[in-house]
Amino acid sequence: MSGSEPSDLVLLVVKISFLALLWLFVLAAVRAVRVDMFGPTKRQRQNIQALARPTPAHPAPAHPAHPAPSLGGQQNRPPSRRARTPSKLVVTKGHLAGTTLPLGPAPVTIGRAQDSTLVLEDDFASARHARLVPHDGQWFVEDLGSTNGTYLDRTKVTSPMPVPLGAPVRIGKTVLELHR
Amino acid sequence: MTVLPPLRGKAVDLTGTFARFPVPAGVDLPPYRRRELSLLLFAGLLATAALAAVVLAIDGNITLSVFAYGLGFSALWGMAHLAVRRFAPAADPILLPLVAALNGLGLVMIYRLDLAKINAAEKAGKKIPPGVAPLQMVWTLLALVVFVLVLAIIRDHKELSRYAYTAGLIGLVFLLLPAMPLVGATINGARLWLRVGPFTFQPSEISKIILMIFFAGYLVNKREVLSVVSRSFLGMHFPRARDLGPVLVAWLASLGVLIIEKDLGSSLLFFGMFLVILYVATERASWVVIGLGLFSLGAVISYQLFGHVQVRVDGWLHAFDGDNPTSTSFQLVQGLFGFAAGGVTGTGLGQGSPQRVPFANTDFIVASIGEELGLAGIMAILVIYGLVVMRGLRTALGARDPFGKMLAAGLAASLALQVFVQVGGVMRLIPLTGLTLPFISYGGSSIVSNAAIIALLLRISDSYRRPDPATPAAPLFDPNAVADSPTQVVRTT
Repeated sequence: MSGSEPSDLVLLVVKISFLALLWLFVLAAVRAVRVDMFGPTKRQRQNIQALARPTPAHPAPAHPAHPAPSLGGQQNRPPSRRARTPSKLVVTKGHLAGTTLPLGPAPVTIGRAQDSTLVLEDDFASARHARLVPHDGQWFVEDLGSTNGTYLDRTKVTSPMPVPLGAPVRIGKTVLELHR
Repeated sequence: MTVLPPLRGKAVDLTGTFARFPVPAGVDLPPYRRRELSLLLFAGLLATAALAAVVLAIDGNITLSVFAYGLGFSALWGMAHLAVRRFAPAADPILLPLVAALNGLGLVMIYRLDLAKINAAEKAGKKIPPGVAPLQMVWTLLALVVFVLVLAIIRDHKELSRYAYTAGLIGLVFLLLPAMPLVGATINGARLWLRVGPFTFQPSEISKIILMIFFAGYLVNKREVLSVVSRSFLGMHFPRARDLGPVLVAWLASLGVLIIEKDLGSSLLFFGMFLVILYVATERASWVVIGLGLFSLGAVISYQLFGHVQVRVDGWLHAFDGDNPTSTSFQLVQGLFGFAAGGVTGTGLGQGSPQRVPFANTDFIVASIGEELGLAGIMAILVIYGLVVMRGLRTALGARDPFGKMLAAGLAASLALQVFVQVGGVMRLIPLTGLTLPFISYGGSSIVSNAAIIALLLRISDSYRRPDPATPAAPLFDPNAVADSPTQVVRTT
């Protein structure tokens, strides 16, 4: 079963390369954590854009006269509408401060009821307090007949109001903001 | 005009194989599931490399079976990945690969210790002992089955809070079961085992999770009382005497475990877990002060009363004094010599002699790893544990309901405490206790219960990362609705 003994040099190389592999794994995991928390880096986004360029949206053979759009040209475009739509709801004050919620196509209900999307632990909030509804790329805040009211910045929300990015929505002691 | 498919930058797209695996209807598979799979493949590669290094150092050549084992290991965790895709598609992508890497290293280390034992027996001309690595493979398989079952059965962690008090009762019964006469068994001086036929099982590992569900469910209801009603004393807010009930009960229970089952580690783990979750629930430092006070009191009392605690403390404080290195602290000192032999980069896998430490594959597996992978390897493993705990706490931060928050924080803390108590004990930072290193040590109950912990964490993280698909699209507000409606508008002038 036992073959020729491997030389010390081979074993040393194996040892060092295994440690390197172990640390590479740790670094890959840390990088995944980083991407998960802060989104892809600028360079990674560029790579994604570069990959996405020859998609059906810009078929290069369709315009043989035009040179293929350069990467820089793509970046200089005015920010698309997608960039301005909020992608997450951030709780900035109150019990849940620090919580973020990814925004999808579905409305977000807020209140003390356990089946709300955002369950508040706030004595000043109603069971079904308010909801955020997407419409046409905009998010609207709508009060659901709460006892203590919902405030967008300083204004009391009586009818559905569009919520700009970063504007504070106050519900009891909780403050929510839409972030990109 | 034909539309060409988008070009791929790299040819490496193994994940495409799994792309059509069914996911629940109406759920977009987030892009980071692919990241999980690629990290998982990396973990499989790491385990294969470790096995190859061991086999090369001991046998002198690498056979194809090494790669077969590596593939099998990757396939096993690939199954877990598929289960996550199916049952928790939005869950945290980093926890599973980290745990797989730890498990892979642990399996290789256990196999390596088996080989060392076989070699030693051959040299001494004794009967060759059976290896435990295949057994641990079976336990890993079982752990993954439990992992998938937990993900499949518990679709919403909030449901668990309904069974909080039932869980509390079951947890206590499980904790005290080994003390019962017929079923309990004493192994290595600690009575914390259940013997069912040829199998032994450590029910305290399971009760760890069940009690955590109870703690979280109980504190969701009681935390207002515990945190708000207080008396100010010495610049801190202290709770009323009657609110001390739960912490005293937890203290007595953990002392009970220590007295009846002679298990220092579990008792420390339970009390620590309860303190962490109490602090998370109430945000009051006074609970920590009270808890540490009670802990010190308990430590002093048990030191005075129990011989086995005195032996442990003596072996820790005076490890190198008198004839301790050859008697009470033999194991600890051998482990420390192992670390010393390893140095910064270790002796290399398969080239040290970690089998000199008794219980090298359970309690002292850190010493074995320290000897063969050195400081660099130990640090990498501790960082991996740190990342696991960090992702657990991130889940607790993100969870939208208080029960999920507390459960996730408690589970993450229980992993952290296990690692601290275990590694701290082997490195002579604290007295040696008998806990296992999660996912690495040889031990069936430990790996099964820790897999369940990871499944619960993934479940909670899935619930907060998934954009709410349950709510049907509510009728949107329509500015023209009022104008078109047949109702009258009463104008007041």
